[in-house]
Amino acid sequence: MRILAEAAIDTRFANISNVLIYSAMAVFLFAFLAYAAEWTFGGRSRVARQSAALAGRGSLAETVAEAEAEATKAGQAPTVAVTVTRAGGGTTTLTRTVAAKAGKVDVVTRGDAAPPVDGVGASGGDEGADRLGRIAVSLTTLAALLDLCAVITRGISAHRPPWGNLYEFTCAMTVVAALLFVGLLTAGKDVRWMGLPVTLGAVLGLGIAVAVFYTDSEQLVPALHSYWLWIHVSGAMVCGGALYAGAVAAVLFYAKDVYEQRKGQELIKGGWWSDVFDRLPAAATLDKWSYRINAFVFPLWTFTIIAGAIWAEAAWGHYWEWDPTETWAFITWVAYACYLHARATAGWKGRKAAVLAFVAFACYLFNAYGVSIFINGKHSYAGV
Amino acid sequence: MTSDLDAAERLSSAPTEDGDTGGEVGIGVVGWLRWMWRQLTSMRTALILLFLLSLAAIPGSLVPQISASPTKVAAFVANHHTLAPIYQKLGLFHVYSSFWFSAIYLLLFISLAGCIVPRTWQFVGVLRAQPPAAPKHLVRLPVYASWRSRGSGSDSNAGAGAERTLDAAEALLRKRRFRVARDGDAITSEKGYLREVGNLLFHISLFGMLIAFAVGKLFGGMGTVLLIEGKGFSNNVSQYDDFMPSTFYTADSLDPFGFKLDRFEATYQTTGDQLGTARTFQANVSYWTGSDASTAKKATIRVNDPLTVDGSNVYLTAHGYAPVFKVTDAKGNVVFDGPTPCLPQDGNITSVCAIKVNDGYVDNNGTATQIGISGIFTPTAATDASVKKLGPHSIFPDLADPKIYLTAYHGDLGNNSGAPQSIYQLDTKHMAQYKFADGTPLTLPLAPNQGFKLPSGGTVTFTGIQQWANFTVAHNPGTGWALTSSMLAVLGLIGSLFVQRRRIWVRAVTSPDGTTTVELAGLARSESARIAEELAELALELQDTAPADVEADAEPIEESAVQEPSADDDKVAAGPTTTTTTKE
Repeated sequence: MRILAEAAIDTRFANISNVLIYSAMAVFLFAFLAYAAEWTFGGRSRVARQSAALAGRGSLAETVAEAEAEATKAGQAPTVAVTVTRAGGGTTTLTRTVAAKAGKVDVVTRGDAAPPVDGVGASGGDEGADRLGRIAVSLTTLAALLDLCAVITRGISAHRPPWGNLYEFTCAMTVVAALLFVGLLTAGKDVRWMGLPVTLGAVLGLGIAVAVFYTDSEQLVPALHSYWLWIHVSGAMVCGGALYAGAVAAVLFYAKDVYEQRKGQELIKGGWWSDVFDRLPAAATLDKWSYRINAFVFPLWTFTIIAGAIWAEAAWGHYWEWDPTETWAFITWVAYACYLHARATAGWKGRKAAVLAFVAFACYLFNAYGVSIFINGKHSYAGV
Repeated sequence: MTSDLDAAERLSSAPTEDGDTGGEVGIGVVGWLRWMWRQLTSMRTALILLFLLSLAAIPGSLVPQISASPTKVAAFVANHHTLAPIYQKLGLFHVYSSFWFSAIYLLLFISLAGCIVPRTWQFVGVLRAQPPAAPKHLVRLPVYASWRSRGSGSDSNAGAGAERTLDAAEALLRKRRFRVARDGDAITSEKGYLREVGNLLFHISLFGMLIAFAVGKLFGGMGTVLLIEGKGFSNNVSQYDDFMPSTFYTADSLDPFGFKLDRFEATYQTTGDQLGTARTFQANVSYWTGSDASTAKKATIRVNDPLTVDGSNVYLTAHGYAPVFKVTDAKGNVVFDGPTPCLPQDGNITSVCAIKVNDGYVDNNGTATQIGISGIFTPTAATDASVKKLGPHSIFPDLADPKIYLTAYHGDLGNNSGAPQSIYQLDTKHMAQYKFADGTPLTLPLAPNQGFKLPSGGTVTFTGIQQWANFTVAHNPGTGWALTSSMLAVLGLIGSLFVQRRRIWVRAVTSPDGTTTVELAGLARSESARIAEELAELALELQDTAPADVEADAEPIEESAVQEPSADDDKVAAGPTTTTTTKE
């Protein structure tokens, strides 16, 4: 009769998983400190940053010469070089140079608005700070791998998907967020500014998971015996990790946008915060990141809800019954739909849309944690 | 400024934002209606409705809902004398069928229809027409490149260079799967129609989902039935404990089938901090279609694995224990012998039960009376010390040390009052509790095969334990449609979010001196930075046909770039003389 209860939990792997979680937490913390140090020491090197800024503001002719040098370096090979040429008055012309048979052809892009001028980055051009940043990135990668291994060993210990309760779900979500960040960096995207909030989120997430949600590695309750656990819950988890990054970008966009506006009105006197903001990417770039991540996740979130509905149909008798978790998944979905529509609506673009993105993520969090803890519904598998 | 440029730049058919249309006031009812319609179908209104929809959904997750748990609603009403009537009036106990929630989503769908229908026609028009004509001044478009070419040299026929370039550009664009048309001295091409297809598909699929949901609500229904091991059920209303019909799903709509619960099996965690958590539930049943139980087939119903018979699904939704009692009266006649389902109260299945002996019991004075026995059943009883402190409770959900704590009453069970009674509870209003000789209430624990003698002469014996399972029989039409439309919605979303719609124009003009001026221009939504790369690649590929081998007019680049019109002036300012730089 007790077939599954006897399907032993491999406590060896469960213990390894626990140790790995603590290790990942520690390494994430070190990575976080290293990012913080990068921002701090990068701020000190005024000189380096000023020269970097000067280079950015360098004469157009110089930049074009650089572009030409690049094209020459490329020789006659049919390559497409990209140079950013910054003219006076804040407008930037993005030029793609095609090395042609007898010279080159410039493809000139003129945006609808002044194209964004990104800050120089956390290190502020300082070599020492940059080294700290690189160390931080390496640590983040290491922590992400440790975290991943922790999740995998947890799964091995119980012979099931390692996201059967809130503890496991949270751990797996930090893996997703960290791997997404490392993946973007590997793909050559300039997102090191995201390192500080991502590692902070990972440390907090793992900390709360260990302190509040921890449960021993065990078998699943009958309601979770379904292959939909692989699909529906992992979907929710991947969405959570990615949406965190989207929300971070939205919050930073809001702050930077306010900063840029006040700077435009010459209300900013300088100082430490101004120094930090100057090094962040441009508001438009942050907005673009927020949009890209959220727009990428939206179909996945839709799919997650549908997968949940299919599962509900098999488990509870109806695909949609307004269970609190279903309701909040719907609210989250509508909130993100609001965000996507707002971004295409005059008068709602920009900060208002960013607020919506943040509210939508808050809905997601409430759905994953608030509903599990405070509201009693059919999704009560949290193990808390 | 130029209308051709405006037309060319209207890449999206999204509704335009004309918030202030006060000018139409005073043009009568039709004008007002038109104004209201335009307001309703504007993106801004849709956005507000979306926002309201998410807000309106919140109370349903906080206030108990009749559809989910009528007992919780009843408890709430009993405990909140001021709030409950207000909630009742606002429909807060059935948020998702309340007038205000319905109003919001119906308005949203009307707004959506008002947006989608014209957009669909417009898009059909776009598909039937050629890509829009090339603007006169390509240089004003967001992405631009141009160069001059002498051609292959041997060709002295003026204009042939331009023709060849355009032919090559057309072939290249077709290879890139652009929709291409010739427009005088220019090629006009467009790609990424799937964006709008996806957009329309997504929004139309939402209607599909709404309709499927409505069909489910109108033509679906469900009922619940509790079966003790060994008992059968046939699908008609009288056999249900609870039947929830809908407008078009009534007692007559039930499919003829039946099933019998042969055995219920459960396993539980026996170690660790999740001790007692259920690990498997399964109901072994035999089922038959029609009314002939002899054709029964075996099946297993698990929590995630319903049984499908005819058009109905049978789900396992709950389980518990049913202790078996034998009651004899003072004369020794058996007046009750059978299982009594008990209602689980906690995770360890501490359950409450009520044994009701309605008739037949005769006490030692020869008078007939009704007997009520209320009990707390514990599959694994807690220690006596613990029971003394906390009352009877179970410490493990499986039958390790089953006990039932009984107390007995005699008198009127109150069955005839007409008020519905819980099968798990006694109404002791008109009953007297049996007492021991010393006057203390008769309460005592029984293990299986133990019994006791009632002061009125009868006996109560706890003879065994069976299990019961609760089943939900649901008929959900429209589920397949809901699934299909939601899948289409995801496909549509992917198209509308990830496909970039863009246009590319190529113009080639050969001047009398034999040099050909090639101009490329591209237009895409701002989310896409790829258009510049695409144009660059096209420029590169065109080098074979029209190499950039003529020096540009010696013009200072700084000047041209600085003169670059800024965003807002883009459409009004005169374009810069040239943005071409062609060098050796």
